[in-house]
Amino acid sequence: MNRRLLVGYLVAAVALILAPRFLDAYQVDVLNSVGLYVLLALSLNLILGDAGLFNMGQAAFYAVGAYTAAILNTRLGVPMLWAMPVSGLLAAIFAVIVARPVVHLRGDYLLVVTIGLGEIVRIALVNDVFGVTGGANGIFGIARPFLFGHKIRTPDEFLYLIWGFVAVTVFLFHRLEESRFGRALTFLREDAVAAEGSGIDTTRYRLMAFALGAAWAGMTGSIYAAKMTIISPESFSFWESVVVFLMVILGGSGSIPGVMVGAAIVVIMPEIFRDLATARMLVFGLVMMVMMVVRPQGLLPWRAPRFRAGDVPRDLPRPEAAP
Amino acid sequence: MEQFAQQLINGLAVGSIYALIALGYTMVYGVLRLINFAHGDLFTYGAYLGMTLLTSLALQDRFGLAVGLAVLALMVMGLVALIGVILERAAYRPLQSSPRLSAVVSALGGSIFLQNALMLIYGARYQVYPDVLPQATVSLFGLPVPVMRIAVVVVSLAMMAVLYLFVQKTRTGTAIRAAAIDQGAARLMGIDVNRVIQVVFVIGPALGGAAGLLVGLYYGQISFTMGWTYGMKAFTAAILGGIGNIPGAMVGGLVLGVVEALGAGYISIAWKDAIAFVVLILILIVRPSGLLGERVAEKV
Repeated sequence: MNRRLLVGYLVAAVALILAPRFLDAYQVDVLNSVGLYVLLALSLNLILGDAGLFNMGQAAFYAVGAYTAAILNTRLGVPMLWAMPVSGLLAAIFAVIVARPVVHLRGDYLLVVTIGLGEIVRIALVNDVFGVTGGANGIFGIARPFLFGHKIRTPDEFLYLIWGFVAVTVFLFHRLEESRFGRALTFLREDAVAAEGSGIDTTRYRLMAFALGAAWAGMTGSIYAAKMTIISPESFSFWESVVVFLMVILGGSGSIPGVMVGAAIVVIMPEIFRDLATARMLVFGLVMMVMMVVRPQGLLPWRAPRFRAGDVPRDLPRPEAAP
Repeated sequence: MEQFAQQLINGLAVGSIYALIALGYTMVYGVLRLINFAHGDLFTYGAYLGMTLLTSLALQDRFGLAVGLAVLALMVMGLVALIGVILERAAYRPLQSSPRLSAVVSALGGSIFLQNALMLIYGARYQVYPDVLPQATVSLFGLPVPVMRIAVVVVSLAMMAVLYLFVQKTRTGTAIRAAAIDQGAARLMGIDVNRVIQVVFVIGPALGGAAGLLVGLYYGQISFTMGWTYGMKAFTAAILGGIGNIPGAMVGGLVLGVVEALGAGYISIAWKDAIAFVVLILILIVRPSGLLGERVAEKV
């Protein structure tokens, strides 16, 4: 992580900590929804940005997580934050099961298959599969989460919960990006044949990317359920997957700060155009087209890491200057 | 047995509409390797333009039903083709050398734009088509079948036959096929690929617009969001038949329509929309090249 990025994160963190002092409840709520979408966009970025797998069904994993937490809470009385890891785990297992037969498909086909999976999950929820999802009405009466004995209820409190989780996520995902796993994903995205030739088990790595991305979407789903206290299949429509997909591409696929900026813009822009009322989605579509024509690589594009002489440990032989 | 036959005919009617839309996806994909997400919305434009022209010009009263509707269909197809060409110029051509995902997002933006423009003009509510067609039924092998249902199948098949002949027999058709196989090589052989793309963006949207008009006349009710559902199903049909493959799109559309109608009839109507996707996923797992073939799976 370079210094400029670190300063950027610090400024953003300070601004968010102070935000409730300067913003009204509605604006804080917009920030909360930015936070949730940042989490979703980061989770999709692992699959779409890092591994290069066109997934337009992220809402399915989000839904699995949200419904898991909601069912555990309302049926078994499990506290929301305890349900969170279970949500992540189930979403990951679900992702591995559904992605296993299709991960080898060529880009666009995977895109359509994942759209299909998302729709199948939504239709299954509407049809009250297993008799626990509450059908089209969904599940209501989900309890508020407790953190260290403190009940989280107001938008301000949710701001700290959500953005706290964002901070943890950003830290972990940066570490992941620089790890062996992250480098392997980058390699197989750039050239899958060469990666396979270098001994990377592409199917396994792709599945791992799916599992990890789904786990994060699932945990985000459980926070969403805790915040709304009501969930229904409409919250996990195809449109939701499209929006998250947009955030990743618009911000800069594969770039963690880019994806966060993308999420912030996509959530805040329709709020700014609120005066346009019904025409705001029209403007939104137009901006999408113009953005892609003007800056197809995204706002803050991913940059390949570069090594400097100082990165080589001292006891290794230094590269000799050409004679 | 009678229910089976009725569902089958119903499936063929819906399937031929899917096939018409699927042709637009498959032709654009064949040449540009791009899923034209806005294609479903061009289909919706066909339905809305058809409704407006039907009520404002009343051609069917002036020239008689058959001629009036034929002229109307040509006008709708021309107008939708014009929108298609403009879309290609504005949203896709500048992205030809960009990463593929950028074009996908641009296509999505185009779709959102077109859909909301329609909503602003006509309002968000369902629109009802004027009643111009006779509600007659004919007896087919002893079954009462609505005339309109047969007309949809016949008109669609006729348009597909014309397209097939055009692509197989004319110079322009040959150029389209060549550009679909290998753009670079086609260019070296002196084919103006940009012109081919334009032709594809005339034919695809024109057929999609015609399908929209048929849906309006057939079901009598249209909404500005219907392009998504029809578009996704039609794309499924295109993959089912093997994307980039023109006869494949026709076969895929008909198969999907029939499977969906039978599934809705015999399994459950609530799962109707999921059936298409289940079929799609099974096809991609079992036979990734589609029914009539095109390599899909990357062998890595």
